[in-house]
Parts: sequence; C-alpha cells; structure tokens
Amino acid sequence: MNHIISVLVENKAGVLAKISGLFSRRGFNIDSLAVGPTEDDRVSRVTITVHADKQGIEQVIKQLYKLINVLKIQELDPNNIVERELVLIKVATDARNRAEILEIVNIFRANIVDVAKKSLLIEITGTSSKVNALKELLEPYGILELTRTGKIACSRGSRKI
Amino acid sequence: MSKITGAQMIINCLKQEGVEVIFGYPGGKVIPLYDALYDSDIKHILARHEQGAAHAADGYARVTGKTGVCVSTSGPGATNLVTGIANAYMDSIPMVAITGQVSTSEIGTDAFQEADITGITAPITKHNYLVKDVKMLPSIIKEAFYIASTGRQGPVLIDIPVDISQAMVDENITAEIDLPGYKPTYKGNQKQIKQAAKKIFESKKPVIFSGGGVISSGASQILTEFAGKAKIPVITSLLGIGSFPEHNPLSLNMAGMHGTKYANIAFTETDLIIAVGARFDDRVTGKVAGFAPHADIIHIDIDPAEIGKIVNTIIPIVGNAKDVLADLSQRFFELDNKKSMDRKKLWIDFLMDLKQKYPLMYDKDSPNLKPAYIVEKIYEVTKGEAIICTEVGQNQMWAAQFYNYTKPRTFVSSGGLGTMGFGLPSAIGAKTGRPDKTVIDIAGDGSLQMVSQELATAVSNNIPIKIMLLNNGYLGMVRQWQELFFNKRYSHTCIRECVDFVKLIEAYGGVGIRVTDKNQVEKAIKEAVNLDKVVLVDFWIEAEENVYPMVAPGAPINEMLEWKY
Repeated sequence: MNHIISVLVENKAGVLAKISGLFSRRGFNIDSLAVGPTEDDRVSRVTITVHADKQGIEQVIKQLYKLINVLKIQELDPNNIVERELVLIKVATDARNRAEILEIVNIFRANIVDVAKKSLLIEITGTSSKVNALKELLEPYGILELTRTGKIACSRGSRKI
Repeated sequence: MSKITGAQMIINCLKQEGVEVIFGYPGGKVIPLYDALYDSDIKHILARHEQGAAHAADGYARVTGKTGVCVSTSGPGATNLVTGIANAYMDSIPMVAITGQVSTSEIGTDAFQEADITGITAPITKHNYLVKDVKMLPSIIKEAFYIASTGRQGPVLIDIPVDISQAMVDENITAEIDLPGYKPTYKGNQKQIKQAAKKIFESKKPVIFSGGGVISSGASQILTEFAGKAKIPVITSLLGIGSFPEHNPLSLNMAGMHGTKYANIAFTETDLIIAVGARFDDRVTGKVAGFAPHADIIHIDIDPAEIGKIVNTIIPIVGNAKDVLADLSQRFFELDNKKSMDRKKLWIDFLMDLKQKYPLMYDKDSPNLKPAYIVEKIYEVTKGEAIICTEVGQNQMWAAQFYNYTKPRTFVSSGGLGTMGFGLPSAIGAKTGRPDKTVIDIAGDGSLQMVSQELATAVSNNIPIKIMLLNNGYLGMVRQWQELFFNKRYSHTCIRECVDFVKLIEAYGGVGIRVTDKNQVEKAIKEAVNLDKVVLVDFWIEAEENVYPMVAPGAPINEMLEWKY
C-alpha cells in the first residue's frame, strides 16, 4: 500500500541525503520525494510516497524520528488531503495534430508554456492520476521529454503537523 | 578577546566535556590538533591502527560509562575507523570520533587523502557533522557529546577540515545546544506501566529479558531488586551479561544460539516476556516464527524503533530502563505480591529443576586442554572480579558461558556487529578506563591476528592487559559450522602454525607463556595476572572442541544441538 509521509526537517546541508539513505539501507523504496522550504526558512518539508505494509510504515516513521535533524512527521490520510504534482511534458507535434493536442490540454486545464515548430511544452498540475491520464492521451503523439516534481501534499483544514 | 586556533578550541571543548583520554593516530590533516594536544594534559593513547583506536574508545566507554573519544586523520585514517564506529553503533556505545578532513577549499575535488566520511558513516552513526565554520566548533562538540551520551547512546562523528583547525577563533565563544528535533524520552507512560504491572502480577510464567540497555542506563541494581522480590527469573542477551548477577538462583544466564538450554526452554514456555533494553537480535530469537509462542511481550526500550521491530508487543513502554523499572517496580508492589508469587511458584520450580538438569557442560574428565576449563580457571583465579573482554567466535561464547558475571560493565564483547579483532584493543581501552581492575582479553587466534599490532599499543603505553589466547589453530566458529552443516569441509579455516604467539608478544616487549597441559593452566593464569606487564598466555586447546548448546541457524531456539549429558 502507498503511504504519504510529510516530514519537517531542519533546513541544513546533508539532511536529505540522510533521509534518502535511511530508506535505501532499510530496504524501503521511495516512489516519490519532494522537498522545499516551508513558511519558516529554517525548516524544510519533505513529502515522501512510499510503498510499505502497516508494520513497515510504522518502522519507517520510527526510524525517521531517530534522525537528529527531523522535527516532525505525519502520515497523511489520503482521504483528507490535497495533493499535487507539477509535470512538464514535451510532445512532438506538427501543424496537423496541434489543434487536437490543444483540445486535450484544455480539457485537462493544463497550460502550454512553450511552442516550437515540432513540439509543444505542456505544464500540468494535479493529482498523480490526472497527470497519468494526460500522459496516456499524449503518448500516441510522441512524448519527447517528461519531468515530474514528485508529489506534494497538505492535509485539509487548519490543523498543522 | 584573545584568539586561539580551532585545534586549541577543540582541546578546550574536549576538556569541558570531561575528556581525560583520547585514542588516536596522527596524520596530515590532524597535525594541528595533535600540535594542540602536545600542550594539553589530556592523555593520548597511540594505537597502531585507527580501528584499534576506535575499539579502545569503545572498550573505555563500556567499562566507565563515559563517552569514548577516538581521533584519526582524513581519508584512509577515517575509513579505518569505520569498523570501530559501526561496532559502537550496533551495540549503542557512546563515542565521539573526530576525523581530520582536507581543507574546505579542497572538499569535493578528490584531493589527496580525501574521503566523504560523513557520507560513509551516515548509516553507522547516531549523527555526524562536517564543520564548515570555526565558530561552530564549540556548539558542534557540545552537541556531539550530548547526542552520543543521551537517549539510545551511540557514536557521533565530527569531521574537521584542516583549515578550520588552523583558523583563529575567539577563545571565549559560547557553545549552545540547538537540537529542536532531539528529545529522548526517559520517563515511561504511566498508564502503560500500570498495565504492565498488572500483566506481570497476573502471569504464571513470566521471564525478564535483560539487555545492554539495563547496563547503559544503570538499571542493574533496580532490576536485581525487582526480580528478586517479585521472584521473576532473568534471561540476558549477550550484551546484557552482567546486568543481573549470574550466581543469583533466578539467573537463567544467556539465551539464544549458544545460550543455556534452560533459558531457551524458558523463552519457549513463558507466558510473559518483560524485555528491558534488549532488541530481540536474531541470535537470540532463532526462527522468529517459533520464538516464545505462548508469550505476551512487554517491551521497555528507550528507542521506540526497537519496539515491534522483530516481535509483536502487547505493552510497549518507551523510556529509560532505570526510570521505567523504578516505576514498574513500585506499581507492581502496590499489588498483592504474595498472590502473584504463589501463582508463579510452579514455574520457578520447573526452571530450577531445568537448571539442575542441564547445566552448561564440557568433558571435565578429559585430559585434553578444554577451553571451558580454562575460562572456569580464569574465573577462579580472578575471583570473578576481572573485566573480561572477548574477541569474536568460539572464544567469545566460552567466555560468555563459563565465567560468572556478577556486576555490570565487566563483560566487554562485540555483540551486534560481531567484530573479530575487537577484544585486544577494547581491553586496552578498558584497562585505561579501569586501571584498578584486572583486564583480560579472552582471545581466539583468528581474531587476535586481525589486530595483533595493538600488542605494541599495550606494551608501549604500559597498559598491562592479559591475553588468554584459546589457540585452536582454526577460525573456530566457522570451522564448527563447517563441521556441523558443511560435512567437515574445512575450507580455508585452518590457520595452524602460522605464528608463534609467544615469540610475537616477546617481540613486542611483553611476556609470553605457552600452556599445552591441563596441569599448567592455573599456574599460568596466576602468573599472568600477578605480573604487572602485558602478558599473553598461549593455550593450545583441543582443536575441534565445539561450543554447545547450539541452535542451528534459522531453527527455533528450543531445538538445540547439545553436549551429551
């Protein structure tokens, strides 16, 4: 089962390496990892998606807590979060199919951020499933490049970690 | 405000932390530190290999309870510390390792003798630092000692570039600990402690499983009082040896792969395990699915990650063993202790019978030189008052089985990592920390050869340790496995006649005694113990003697290969 863990860490050099190293040496595979500063620039938030059973996720959280630079950890309830991923997709295109692609992009409320003779660069934010759906529709045109930020998520309501 | 170098600041900070001795080895990138050490009254023990320095700091920490300190230069010096650091990490030993690093401007350029030691040691340290600003030195050193010695103890590494050691800094700069995410829990949850007391009260067949956490938290006395008054038998892990006096009738000694038969049966039959500062290592549990099939488990540990990691726990209690046991004991005795003891009587009787029936044994009538006999004689001669360090393998298990440990911090052994070559340097550290005690390294010939250069450390620093070498000419434990599980195909485990150990210790300036006859054993041990010198006694033991009982790897612990009674 996939779990989304939100981890607040001290914004110091080497902290991310310690976190990712912990996952690899304990045998857990990170599906997605996104990191950036929070409203407090001394603190960064790491959002990690990891596949593990109940005991495994418990162990991951306990082991993360042992890292000295980790401040707080919360496993997010998938039914009560807003999750987003930002993806840039470069699609091969020509004069004949450009309109078709634009139509798909509009339906998904994605944006065209660059147009070239033989390609379009599309920006989409949304849940992983929305991103995957768009990707699937664009694949027949030829995806030249794709880059994803990894999932970020925040629980709904005013409660903080 | 007067200025001093970073290196002088390091020495000042170490003194503030109460450091009296450092184990180390100089090199290019720590010359400034060694230069500052030259004018200091901190004692320095020059090891002959950085691994020896780390193990010595480890042994010093185990016997004194203080934080051990080791120092090396950058690159190969630092990587040579790695085994010692990993060893301390696995056994939760407080240690601060200081490594030199190439100058900050050279970091990342693959400069001469550069190694990313903070990257390398991230998985085997509790925390580590690369110092990039000389002004941070005081607070980093203070934090390092605080982290190493609090909570679940462990090694912390501080990597110091050479230009930081040479930079000038205000002498009176203040040091503050700033660790917002680090808050070890010492007091246990009272509700859970109350539940645990009730559970112990109601159980009919309880056992206490005592681990290294009991020793490191100073809980041995409380444990002994609690177990004695509540009449609960105590099993130890390897690192828990010494946490409960083995001459106490309630002691079931060590459990597990080479544990006693009665301890392993107790685990198999018990209805309640009260685990205190023990982490259910696979050498204890054997096949986890078959471990303690009838037992509920109360697990007391300062590290929440240990609870539920291997075995399911009915009542988890996060906290310091000493604090939790004190509270648990109080709660338990608020209940009707007499009723509880009546309920447990059959169980105690059953275990006492087992102890009588299945004592640890060897062929006492054999004229051959038996290792167990030697260990028993070491116990007799030292009256159980020595600090015993061990190498790893058969010697370690015989030392664990046949010496009677009655006090904490008297058994020094590499548990988690199983590091061959640990015994000699750890004995050097132990004797440095406790010069008043007889310190003995019960050694094997394979392990000893991994660190034999440290004989020079002992002799040249006048550290009169005694090495009791159980020399069987084999990598004994591997040979035992080859005998039992690989049809006696002794692939590369015979190391006989490769070195004359008596000549070796004499070459280093120590005293060597060879014993080939059973009748010479006691005299040789007495002579070694009474000489104020480094002494190595080379016992030529029966070569194919095995350690029994033994649980085959992956088997349940009640299925033991036994000595034939």
